[in-house]
Amino acid sequence: MADTEKIIEIEVLRYRPEQDKEPVPQTYKVPFTDDMSVLQGLQHIKDFLDETVSFRWSCRMAICGSCGMMIDGKPKLSCKTFLRDYYPGGLRVEALMHLPIERDLIVDATDFVTKLESIKPYIIPKEPRTLEQGEYLQTPQQRDMYEQFSSCINCMLCYAACPQYGLNPKFTGPGVLALLHRYNADSRDGGSAERLKLGYADEGFWGCTAVGYCSEVCPKGVDPANAINQNKMNSAINYFTRFVTPGGADK
Amino acid sequence: MEVFKADVAIVGAGGGGLRAAIAVAEADPTLKIALISKVYPMRSHTVAAEGGAAAVTRPDDSLDHHFNDTVGGGDWLCEQDVVEYFVAHAHEEMVQMEHWGCPWSRKEDGHANVRPFGGMKIERTWFAADKTGFHMLHTLFQTSIKYPSIKRFDEHFCVDLVVEDGRVQGAVVIEIATGEFRLIQAKAVIIATGGAGRVFRENTNGGIVTGDGMALAYRHGVPLRDMEFMQYHPTCMPRTGLLFTEACRGEGGLLLNKDGYRYLQDYGLGPPEDKPRNKFMELGPRDRLSQAFWHEQQKGRTIEGPFGSVVNLDLRHLGEAYLRERLPQIYELAEEFMGIDPAHEPIPVLPGVHYTMGGILADGKTASSLPGLYSVGECSSVGIHGANRLGSNSLTELIVFGKVAGIEAAKFAKSVAISNPGAIEKQAEAVQARAFGLVNKSGGTERIAVLRNEMAKSMESGCGIYRLGTTMQETCDKIAELRQRYKNLRVDDKSKVYNTDWLLAIELGYLLDVAEAIVQSAIHRKESRGSHQRLDGYEQRDDVNFLKHSLAYYTGDGPPRIEYGDVKITKSKPGTRAYGAAGVKADEERKKQGAAHG
Repeated sequence: MADTEKIIEIEVLRYRPEQDKEPVPQTYKVPFTDDMSVLQGLQHIKDFLDETVSFRWSCRMAICGSCGMMIDGKPKLSCKTFLRDYYPGGLRVEALMHLPIERDLIVDATDFVTKLESIKPYIIPKEPRTLEQGEYLQTPQQRDMYEQFSSCINCMLCYAACPQYGLNPKFTGPGVLALLHRYNADSRDGGSAERLKLGYADEGFWGCTAVGYCSEVCPKGVDPANAINQNKMNSAINYFTRFVTPGGADK
Repeated sequence: MEVFKADVAIVGAGGGGLRAAIAVAEADPTLKIALISKVYPMRSHTVAAEGGAAAVTRPDDSLDHHFNDTVGGGDWLCEQDVVEYFVAHAHEEMVQMEHWGCPWSRKEDGHANVRPFGGMKIERTWFAADKTGFHMLHTLFQTSIKYPSIKRFDEHFCVDLVVEDGRVQGAVVIEIATGEFRLIQAKAVIIATGGAGRVFRENTNGGIVTGDGMALAYRHGVPLRDMEFMQYHPTCMPRTGLLFTEACRGEGGLLLNKDGYRYLQDYGLGPPEDKPRNKFMELGPRDRLSQAFWHEQQKGRTIEGPFGSVVNLDLRHLGEAYLRERLPQIYELAEEFMGIDPAHEPIPVLPGVHYTMGGILADGKTASSLPGLYSVGECSSVGIHGANRLGSNSLTELIVFGKVAGIEAAKFAKSVAISNPGAIEKQAEAVQARAFGLVNKSGGTERIAVLRNEMAKSMESGCGIYRLGTTMQETCDKIAELRQRYKNLRVDDKSKVYNTDWLLAIELGYLLDVAEAIVQSAIHRKESRGSHQRLDGYEQRDDVNFLKHSLAYYTGDGPPRIEYGDVKITKSKPGTRAYGAAGVKADEERKKQGAAHG
């Protein structure tokens, strides 16, 4: 894995609101070995070439969700994207698309977090249970119904990928809709009616135009497009059954 | 400066901080909670915990077993009354997490499943595949959204605590997005900022694990306890130090040297058997496994890789389907970061710094010696880890003592009033001026990364798996030198918006203070115990002189003053710490003695 050091050019789209009117590219020559991630390249820049370059990172192992950015135009986690794959041509890194740039590679996550908070992302118990009664029983098959959708690391790559979110920032967006589905699909939960009301709005599931790029860029295999599709189906069924079922229909 | 008036402020929003916030909110919904974190809560390092969380669950397990595994695993440096509380409350907290939606892995009958972990007599580790910390953190974060009294200050960096009238009364924070300062006035403060693994070079920790809260409490006179005990995790990725969970071995993974030999049998952990056996071989405790690696390296029986010596973690016999189900993240790490398919090739691994056993001195109810100040989690030393933490006790610690911290802080907050708001604001202004001083000063020549790298290298050489008085002294000298050079730091970035250069400079100050507490506590402990192993005439455990907690007190510019405190023994007298067949024999002897005595 280790080999002789090579040099790669990393072009960083800089934006410092206190001095830049608009984002400007700046190129750095970074020595690297084949095991190094793009994040490690950026860390080299910050440590030894230019302390002012700003980006978020922490875990280095694709689980904290901090280090998403556009790498050669594609939304990726910089910690699990490797410099060797861009050699000798070099690479260009920019802040995630569709989200306001705060500075350099750092985007404003407020909209995402506000949406996440709005969809009641917690168990609304179907049958409340005391601690003395022990855990809810949930078979591995029941767990499989939502497990995939619970694996979202909130990295927002799917927001950068979603053309609909780019056009209409009111669209709830793939990651948060996947989370909504995660709770609706949990056998312990009884809050789907409450949540689906949110999902019915134009900004919810029906805002999605089924491009599917969100699922392609997801670094954790969450497949938000699938979650959205299942809910379009559920809400359509619900819409029609409410005319034939006394008192309307739940999910 | 903008002032936010809280009843309880919590610094750190990982597992411990979030659990504490929920506990305050449930204790009294009228209490205003300020939950401060330098990152969005779901980025906190709890997210990276993989293997699981311990709680007695099976009918053949018992609280005594969990207690004995913990206390023996900690080489008898645990607060035994606190361990008793811990093991008794672990299960209900797992169930609470389950009610909040944590996707625990299940048995076919729908009950939560448990897996074996190192140093554990009976399987008791609750798990959510190999992303347990991730799932616990997201569950707690999402659940916390239910409580309107929790006001989050995401991406707010804590620069100091405010102590007035002999008690803590708030925290001063920087809003990272704007560089603006805020005073969070509070009647009680809980520190939940995590460990300090980043003082070392090769480590499993995220970049944010910089000992912030430890340093803050320490600077305000609260001692740091048992800081010499740093846990090396035996199975980490070469160069990056990323973690391959102990669950790899819990599920049946083997450790092999260059001859394909299960070398742990040579270090009192055998005999080897085909199937994993609790407390034998690969299921020994972390300190012993890391020490065995060191010996293999000395004997020339490790494999020389591009990033130093390694051994092989062999999972091949478990098969792809099982690995994908039980260890999906490990599979992904091996494939994507190393180009290795663990179903077909062994994974090269080596020990790396993983966990800070010591921390802010806390009593069994998380209170520090400074009135109003509480701590929980890796930053805290509530007393359950002793000289070596048992794998899967730390996630449980977050929720058991997070709840305690919340309840205790709420109680304290209701018993006092803010005493002198004018003086508090004045203090906050002074804190702000000091923090600005770091960035506005001119003429500095030292670079952050240079000092940080020198520190990490020196800590690795002085406070590694095995330690010598001479190298520890070199590290003491080096850290003292770096603390002087820190005063001459140059911060290039002068802006206010997301000035991470500035924050890194402040973090480096935290790291250096904590590093000094670690190495000074280490050099004063003239014995070998748990993760603190010496090779210079102090190879044995010395219960006569060192069945004591070390306490490092901040003294300003100089090295800390090291004092010692008693260890609370309730029902387990210090005995032989043994694993494998020797452990079975030691257990039998203890039983016999116990029967004879009583």
